[in-house]
Amino acid sequence: MVRRIFSRAFVAAGVAAGFAFTPFPAVAAWEPTKPVEFVVPAGAGGGADQMARFIQGVVAKNNLMKQPLIVVNKSGGAGAEGFLEVKNAKGDPHKIIITLSNLFTTPLATGVPFNWKDLSPVAMLALDEFVLWVNAESAYKTAGDYVNAIKGGNNGQFKMAGTGSKQEDQIITVALEKVVGKKLTYVPFKGGGDVAVQLVGKHVDSTVNNPIEAIAHWRSGSLRPLCVFDSKPMPYPTKVTASQSWQDIPTCKSSGLDVEYTMLRGIFMPPGVTQEQVDFYIDLFKKVQAQPEWKKFSEDAAFNATTMSGKQFVDWLTRAEATHKRLMEEAGFIAK
Amino acid sequence: MEDIGNLMQGFAVALAWKNLGFMLLGILLGVLIGVLPGLGGANGVAILLPLTFTMPPTSAIIMLSCIYWGALFGGAITSILFNIPGEPWSVATTFDGYPMAQKGRAGEALTAAFTSSFIGALFAIILITFLAPLVARFALKFGPPEYFAIQLLTFCNFVGMGRQPPIRSIASMMLGFALAAVGIDTVTGTLRMTFGSPTLLQGFDFLVAVIGLFGLGEIFLTMEEGLSFKGKSGKIDAKVVLKTWAELPRYWITSLRGCLVGCWMGITPGGATPASFMSYGMARRFSKNKDQFGDGHIEGVIAPETAAHAAGTSALLPMLTLGIPGSPTAAVLLGGLLIWGLQPGPLLFVEKKEFVWGLIASMYLGNIAGLIIVLTTVPWWAAILRIPFSIIAPVIVVFCAIGAYTVHNNMFDVAMMLVFGVVGYVFKKLKYPLAPLVLALVLGDMAETAFRQSMLLSGGSVRIFWSNPLVGSIVTLALIIFCWPFVSNVMGRMRSREPRAKSA
Repeated sequence: MVRRIFSRAFVAAGVAAGFAFTPFPAVAAWEPTKPVEFVVPAGAGGGADQMARFIQGVVAKNNLMKQPLIVVNKSGGAGAEGFLEVKNAKGDPHKIIITLSNLFTTPLATGVPFNWKDLSPVAMLALDEFVLWVNAESAYKTAGDYVNAIKGGNNGQFKMAGTGSKQEDQIITVALEKVVGKKLTYVPFKGGGDVAVQLVGKHVDSTVNNPIEAIAHWRSGSLRPLCVFDSKPMPYPTKVTASQSWQDIPTCKSSGLDVEYTMLRGIFMPPGVTQEQVDFYIDLFKKVQAQPEWKKFSEDAAFNATTMSGKQFVDWLTRAEATHKRLMEEAGFIAK
Repeated sequence: MEDIGNLMQGFAVALAWKNLGFMLLGILLGVLIGVLPGLGGANGVAILLPLTFTMPPTSAIIMLSCIYWGALFGGAITSILFNIPGEPWSVATTFDGYPMAQKGRAGEALTAAFTSSFIGALFAIILITFLAPLVARFALKFGPPEYFAIQLLTFCNFVGMGRQPPIRSIASMMLGFALAAVGIDTVTGTLRMTFGSPTLLQGFDFLVAVIGLFGLGEIFLTMEEGLSFKGKSGKIDAKVVLKTWAELPRYWITSLRGCLVGCWMGITPGGATPASFMSYGMARRFSKNKDQFGDGHIEGVIAPETAAHAAGTSALLPMLTLGIPGSPTAAVLLGGLLIWGLQPGPLLFVEKKEFVWGLIASMYLGNIAGLIIVLTTVPWWAAILRIPFSIIAPVIVVFCAIGAYTVHNNMFDVAMMLVFGVVGYVFKKLKYPLAPLVLALVLGDMAETAFRQSMLLSGGSVRIFWSNPLVGSIVTLALIIFCWPFVSNVMGRMRSREPRAKSA
């Protein structure tokens, strides 16, 4: 409660202090009547948390919603805490949740009873990319070089650091092992920033960091990107280092490493809400995505800027769940 | 010196009227956040972060980092007055700060705490100013084995120095480890000891445990001793600040040691919590007045506070230069940097000079402003203790409950807090130390993860802990410290036996 009062008071103060007041178009039939809780099923400072807080800032700054948006971290049990809370808030339209791949992986790996079908899907905001990184001082110039080195070494000789266990980074690692035919030693860390630094410090051989987690070390010349785990290169031609842009990183498939994986950044609501209420949020996030700040944010993080909602989103979710289930079954990650 | 010129420019940025205003606002908010248990610096900064998006990045980080300093200062207040540490690194401050307050010396304890905090922070800022890029590289040497070595050193230091028999410290610590293991296991990604209960998914939060163990436990004890309706009759004197200052230079060695331990732990980044415990342990070990520790000895306040703030401040260095946060609050600030379009990393110092040096200059000014603000309030805080217990106790309990609830917005935590209150009471009655339990709860999870990561890296061989001089020397030192009480005990017995053996 203390928190809410604080942030409400400050939003109010901030608005009064002179945010551009744009009259709110009265088109949406339903709109929130009290502050909206924005649940983040991950810790403060991570990728999902940054995105949620960024959205909170964009909404407040551009006055896109009359009620404030309040970010709450519910990271317990690899995000299960947040998902269960939204699942149990049946019919509450003042609660939304941002998801990462733990939407699929946590129930499979821990057996905690929830599924994306227990929630009401709102919209996909973007897909987060994964890039294969090595230390810039290593001899591997291309993904091919690295794959050949792994093939030529012993099982477990090459060390891959990643975020969490039985989650996206380890799923990619297992898929990579399958293609290469050798085992890697996977070492889990708490956050993407730690993972990148472990690679800079040469404590491991490679990582599959998201672009935003490793960009600073790429620009300073400590890390080298080998390939991106997507079907096409990232569409950002602005030079990041002196000679390279995100667009210049080849896909892993074209480098002979046939692994593809992207991570959902999407919004869900509790079950049992009306279509009108879902539409309000679809509309809200469309407005957020139309802001110049969002475009800059997407480019900095090198997101795959795919967005969707409605049936298209549900179909995508169904396919993504099947993929995760298959990958995790093959890796033996399913809780018994 | 180019750095000095940059710093002067930074001062010019930070001293702009607008930025000075943000600085004062930040400090005041920070102290408030620090005093309310459960809110904590990281939460406070996270709440206010989105409101800074409209500000220029330099003003924004000046205000947010001032909230951070304010919260660091404020955390000591509840530790000393009510035995309730609001942050993990304030736990060690309660050991001597609270007994001092009980003896009517709250003013002295607060002054010592604030002043030491300031000295620790100042030392760290000077270090950042002159050695930033150089020192930052050192953090890269830290892989899982090195992290584990640091944690081990903290634990061993603690077992070796407790007032109670080591075996009781170990028992209490083991209970802490067990509690820390509840929830998700980072290494295997599976749930442990949740017994199918969704409320246990999140594990036991440090704050909930500490509010119960220390805060409520103490209230239960006081109640048992008979409800005294009189307040503490400590003399409240506005000159207490000056009197304490006259006394402080005597403990310069403790301060200096605190600064060094703190900076080292902040940069590596081991964090402020191990730093404060380690500094307290070392102060006790090397002090001439060993026996007074724990009964309200001023050195026992100086040591942890200096180290905690030196660590808290120098933790910003790896954040700026490497993008790894040394503390939860630093992690939130890091998110802020990214949103303002600043990329933390080695290039930040080259590309965004104005921002970096503005921030560093604001660290100097913010800490000075903070010190002045909190010192002027010392007599007021100390006066709170004159309120009769029967009036203040219910207020504290209410604040504790709010604090516990705020951590996860969860009523279950309030119930857990009550349970921990009873545990704290029983521990005190049976003369088991509480600090090792708390230490294990905070660091147990990290130590376990680091150990298992090391085992993964080495394929199961413990030789990895002696694989390079850095990790090898820390681990060896830790083991020597751990064994020291036993060794000195045995040696003491041998010495006392020898003369008899000769005479026989």
